[in-house]
Amino acid sequence: MAGVSAKEVLFEPIFSNNPIALQILGICSALAVTTSMNVTIVMCLAVIAVTAFSNLAVSLVRTQIPGSIRIIVQMTIIASLVIVVDQVLKAYAYEISKQLSVFVGLIITNCIVMGRAEGFAMNNTPGMSFLDGVGNGLGYSVMLLFVAFFRELFGAGSLFGVTLLPSVNEGGWYVTNGLLLLPPSAFFIIGLAIWGLRTWKPEQVEEKDYKLSAHKVKEAF
Amino acid sequence: MAKAKDTVSRTVMVALVLSIVFSVVVSTAAVTLRPAQIKNQNLDIKTNILSASGMLEPGASADEIESTFERFDVRLVDLDSGEFVEPSAVGVKDPMKYDMYKAASDPAMSTDIPPSEDKAGIKRRPNVAKVYTLSENGELKRVVLPIHGYGLWSTLYGFMALEGDLNTIEGLGFYSHAETPGLGGEVDNPSWKQQWEGKELYADDPTEPQIRLVKGGVNADAKNKEHKVDALSGATLTSRGVQQLVNYWMGDRGFAPFLKKLREGEV
Repeated sequence: MAGVSAKEVLFEPIFSNNPIALQILGICSALAVTTSMNVTIVMCLAVIAVTAFSNLAVSLVRTQIPGSIRIIVQMTIIASLVIVVDQVLKAYAYEISKQLSVFVGLIITNCIVMGRAEGFAMNNTPGMSFLDGVGNGLGYSVMLLFVAFFRELFGAGSLFGVTLLPSVNEGGWYVTNGLLLLPPSAFFIIGLAIWGLRTWKPEQVEEKDYKLSAHKVKEAF
Repeated sequence: MAKAKDTVSRTVMVALVLSIVFSVVVSTAAVTLRPAQIKNQNLDIKTNILSASGMLEPGASADEIESTFERFDVRLVDLDSGEFVEPSAVGVKDPMKYDMYKAASDPAMSTDIPPSEDKAGIKRRPNVAKVYTLSENGELKRVVLPIHGYGLWSTLYGFMALEGDLNTIEGLGFYSHAETPGLGGEVDNPSWKQQWEGKELYADDPTEPQIRLVKGGVNADAKNKEHKVDALSGATLTSRGVQQLVNYWMGDRGFAPFLKKLREGEV
């Protein structure tokens, strides 16, 4: 991995190697926190901060970490950072931290964070690891914002809390799509996004595990 | 080098140093941010109280909220006797510091609700509740009462604001719940909450609240329309929960004894 440039590390994960769309990681929070753009943006910032700084911290001590406890070391670093982020949100963005509730804490279990720490930061310099964390955080954010855009617009008729399509409940004309406010709708949107992305970049399509072939055995009768 | 860092003593060392460093980081964050967090929580409660009593200006700043809230008196009430109690009775100096929901899980400070009476689905009820009163020139203007109970998925926590006659509802609002967004979650919808304004709790018996959430809306000529509120569409169980919890907390197991004494000027 010595030959990678900073630019690649930072921007590759956004479309070419998106953690959600290609690696299919971090789906849980993509379902849970995407009902409104405001909440999603705060969640994205929290995840970017945690992936970036955990990568940085893991990379700084990578030569010192004994192999036998490396996972727990990464976990400790990530968990501490998540607690700090959670505390900061409670102090400075109380309303939104209430809506995010447990999902900030659950960043600890977000596979993207740990995946980058183990897969990238353990073998790369602190600077590159930090950028890789920011890049993967951005990849996650792009996908979440895409999902949240459709969910908030068609589920609640607004964007960033500003009403664009006045809903029937508030005396307007738009009948809101209740399904979009429920978690399963994010699956559909993510699925469609992956389809779109793989049509645009066909190299992301996985090889088939099997191949259909013509039936050759003669039946007994 | 690979060998040197994999020895047992080295592993223990790294684990120890790491634990110490990160416990310092985490505790520093927790301690330094604590005042800001407490301020936020208190402000949140005050905002909800003002919002339920219709006194929250849209876009009010934190200072404006604080100063409007100053007009309220925070008092503690013994629910069974309906009388005010001193904060020292529940072990606090400042009534604002008393947490009735924490008290509800302390056997010494709460009572079990028999299942047959547990309309709100809360299992235990604190003995002492925190209420907010607003008087102007010796005349009672508003009383804000905390209410909570089970909806469909979650316990809803909120406030009910009453006018000075202690019968007419000024407003109602829930500040914490996890009902289905778009269905039960519409308890937060301002136009739904607005319907509560002017509804009356009691008919003849001041211990039997009459609030009903009815399907299909409340017509202008409906019978007993002063007690009826339109239920939330698509959220039968949340609506039922709201009806039950309002009637529980305004009934004789809830605030009715207190409201009775307050109305008669005994406390």
